Amino acid sequence: MGFVDHLPTRRELLVGSGALFAWSQMPRIARAEGRDPRLLVIVLRGALDGLGAVAPVGDPDWISLRGDRALVLDGKPPALPLDAFFALNPAMPNLHRLYKSGKAAIVHAVATPYRERSHFDGQDVLESGLVKPGMTSSGWLNRALLALESGGRVDPRGSRALGIGSVTPLVVRGSAPVMTWVPQKLLPASEDTQSRLLDLYQHTDPKLATVLQARMKLASLSGAPSAGDVMSDDPTLAPPGIARVRAYFADAAGTAARYLAKPDGPRVGAMGFVGWDTHIAEGAASGQLYNLLGALDGAFAAIESNMGEAWGETVVAVVTEFGRTARINGTQGTDHGTGTVAFLIGGGLAGGRVIADWPGLKPAQLFEDRDLKPTTDLRAVLKGLLRDHLRVEEKVLADAVFPGSADVKPMGGLVA
Amino acid sequence: MSNSAKAEAVLALHRFGMGPRPGSIAALGSDPRAALIAELDRPLVLAAAASLPSSAKAYRTVADANARRTARAKQAQQQAKKQQMASAPTAADDQAQPQLQTQGQAGQEKDAAEMAAKQAADAIPDPGRPMYLQEAKLRTEAALAADIGFAERLVWFWSNHFCISANRIQSMSGAYEREAVRANALGRFVDLLLAVEGHPAMLFYLDNLGSMGANSTAGINRSSGLNENFAREIMELHTLGVRSGYTQDDVISFANVMTGWTLVPPGADPQHGGEFTFNPRLHEPGGQTVLGKRYEQEDVEQGRAVLRDLAAHPATATHVATKLARHFVADEPPPALVEQMAKVFRDTEGDLKQVATLMVSSDEAWRAPPSKLKRPGEWVVGMVRATGITQVDPVLYTGGQQLLGEPLWRPPAPKGYPDDEASWIDGVGRRLDVANNFAERITGMADPQAIIEDVLASQIAPEVKQAVGRAESRQQALALLFMSADFQRR
Repeated sequence: MGFVDHLPTRRELLVGSGALFAWSQMPRIARAEGRDPRLLVIVLRGALDGLGAVAPVGDPDWISLRGDRALVLDGKPPALPLDAFFALNPAMPNLHRLYKSGKAAIVHAVATPYRERSHFDGQDVLESGLVKPGMTSSGWLNRALLALESGGRVDPRGSRALGIGSVTPLVVRGSAPVMTWVPQKLLPASEDTQSRLLDLYQHTDPKLATVLQARMKLASLSGAPSAGDVMSDDPTLAPPGIARVRAYFADAAGTAARYLAKPDGPRVGAMGFVGWDTHIAEGAASGQLYNLLGALDGAFAAIESNMGEAWGETVVAVVTEFGRTARINGTQGTDHGTGTVAFLIGGGLAGGRVIADWPGLKPAQLFEDRDLKPTTDLRAVLKGLLRDHLRVEEKVLADAVFPGSADVKPMGGLVA
Repeated sequence: MSNSAKAEAVLALHRFGMGPRPGSIAALGSDPRAALIAELDRPLVLAAAASLPSSAKAYRTVADANARRTARAKQAQQQAKKQQMASAPTAADDQAQPQLQTQGQAGQEKDAAEMAAKQAADAIPDPGRPMYLQEAKLRTEAALAADIGFAERLVWFWSNHFCISANRIQSMSGAYEREAVRANALGRFVDLLLAVEGHPAMLFYLDNLGSMGANSTAGINRSSGLNENFAREIMELHTLGVRSGYTQDDVISFANVMTGWTLVPPGADPQHGGEFTFNPRLHEPGGQTVLGKRYEQEDVEQGRAVLRDLAAHPATATHVATKLARHFVADEPPPALVEQMAKVFRDTEGDLKQVATLMVSSDEAWRAPPSKLKRPGEWVVGMVRATGITQVDPVLYTGGQQLLGEPLWRPPAPKGYPDDEASWIDGVGRRLDVANNFAERITGMADPQAIIEDVLASQIAPEVKQAVGRAESRQQALALLFMSADFQRR
């Protein structure tokens, strides 16, 4: 694992992967069709609150469920309308624009087959593509690549997987070679991590708590606009820590796009963004979740612009391990839940719609009377993308990529 | 193993060792005190360092490179000047040129010659840096691989007590620790003292190489040059301790005693350059009185005799015992423990293994609450050990140490790095950056729950277990675990 800020040479690739697998520059069938598809998977670690991101403003129980934490069309700022029923968090104008032009789709009330509430196990299931946690030797995206490799033209510089971050995300790990790019910007310990540590210190070590608190205060001071800067009176002005997070998201996602756009670059990539575990003070049309969604929206913009001409053949799937409780908890946040959303963006999408078999929000309609009930299996969405975008065979998807998923039919019509 | 035995094993590893690593709690068995003592009986050599150069060889290598660099630079400068002369305009052309332009041209020529000299010099890299990194790697990996790490902790303690600075002598810093400190850390204090004060790295660091007595041959010829620094630091920092009763006259007399303790010039002798030598031409002739005792010896034995007496001085026993107890047990160590350790020091003529044994056999050393804040180096090594990693990238490791304010072998002053909470606690915020970064790098290979259960035998605060269990990602869980008081304190 090295700090690599240039496209790796073949030798570095050999060193990095141990054994060189080679497969066609682009999936064989896709090539026959004259296409060169790209797929990027973004994992939001920590469990995204799907209801806080994409609100069912048309559901009669929505306001009573979330109260003044509910996104509404006449809120401050107002949620961005998607259709007659759903509206998008106002932090995401880029996603809204893409949606309106048919280049983004949202799948709601979606979940993996995992029904417990452990982040680590949930992420294992999400990324391994298996039904049960604990198997972490390879991810579904890597196995999909292996399937595409057979029968392809041998080109050692051909397509390969790209992992972003100093640890390759599990979803793309496996026997197919992976090149890794580590962002030069270090992601700072998130505000969430800092406040959890502060909470831990307050219960175990008051002296360390005092020091950490002072540091957090200092960081907020040094990040504040200096005297020479134009002062902003924007009430939604992001707190200073989030500026670094925004820069990191945009840098990492934008670089991934630059690699994927290259004629001889990788064709699939994966990356993870942390910080979504909003137990305390989640916010809605402003605050913590709003800031993170804004950073993600900036990452979408970076991908679109850096993909260049390849944007038209690009699909980005943004997924998370599970959702959060439908109701707000006692600390103005949400706890671990089940159903959530997945974002799909890219020039290659048949978008402009929210795909949802809406379960409703009445207590009896919630999963275990607490979470948004999942009505769509995330594997159906991913299988649909792999089949129709990368041309992975359906049988391979059911046996090798998502083992034991023969009953979960690929969702059709996602790709233009 | 009972829970209390496990708890004692974890305390033993944090307080006296390098921190728990996979299998270390089981290795401590039911009697952690005995296991700590048993580790002191094992040889303390760095087998992997057999191929590394001695400090003298390292110093010669650097001196050779410096000499070659100077020569190349000179050559390149001369050549550049020659070329400029050859291509200089002829006299006929020159007449047509305004005077001003010729002056400008001369300036450019000088710049070009200097640049050529610099380029030629830069072409020969400094061999000191790779030596430093290799030594840092082996030393750190010894700490990572040790079952308990009590002996390694003692090496680190004595290395800091008798510190030098790699800022001045990078090439020798690791070899110094191996040759002078590691070789004597479990022996008698007097042998350790004689080894470090007679080591070229220390003589260089504390400015004794050119110190000469006013009445020595060299002193008369060059009208004097006594340097008190070495003698003062030996008494103040290495042996008696500050304000322990010695006077300015004692310092001057002792400094005279130590004149002549120097090294063979590295360029003068390809076999022995850089080694210790006693140079009688620098040595102040005649007897000296130090702490009321007369030393009439005429040569290197005079200094050795004073050092032996300083090692045996009761103030040294107290000073050393206090520092040891402060480092291992508490910023304000229990006076009874310090007195017991000082007594063993006095009774055994400074047998350091006996002093360390007494410390871990004493209930006071175990009863103290875990209030010590680990120094950055201990903390980083403890964090890495918990993951089972045994190899380090020395560039990353030494870079991290620098970031945390404890760059390896580069203390800001001869006093070494401080050993109290107040000096380090403000840096805890920076540790979070390091922990977060490390957690991200290893999150694919380290499972926080497995570390808690297998490495720590679940001997960790319930609040930490809960925070780790609720973390949003493995990375966050690892960062919280490494930042917890259980990992910071001992």
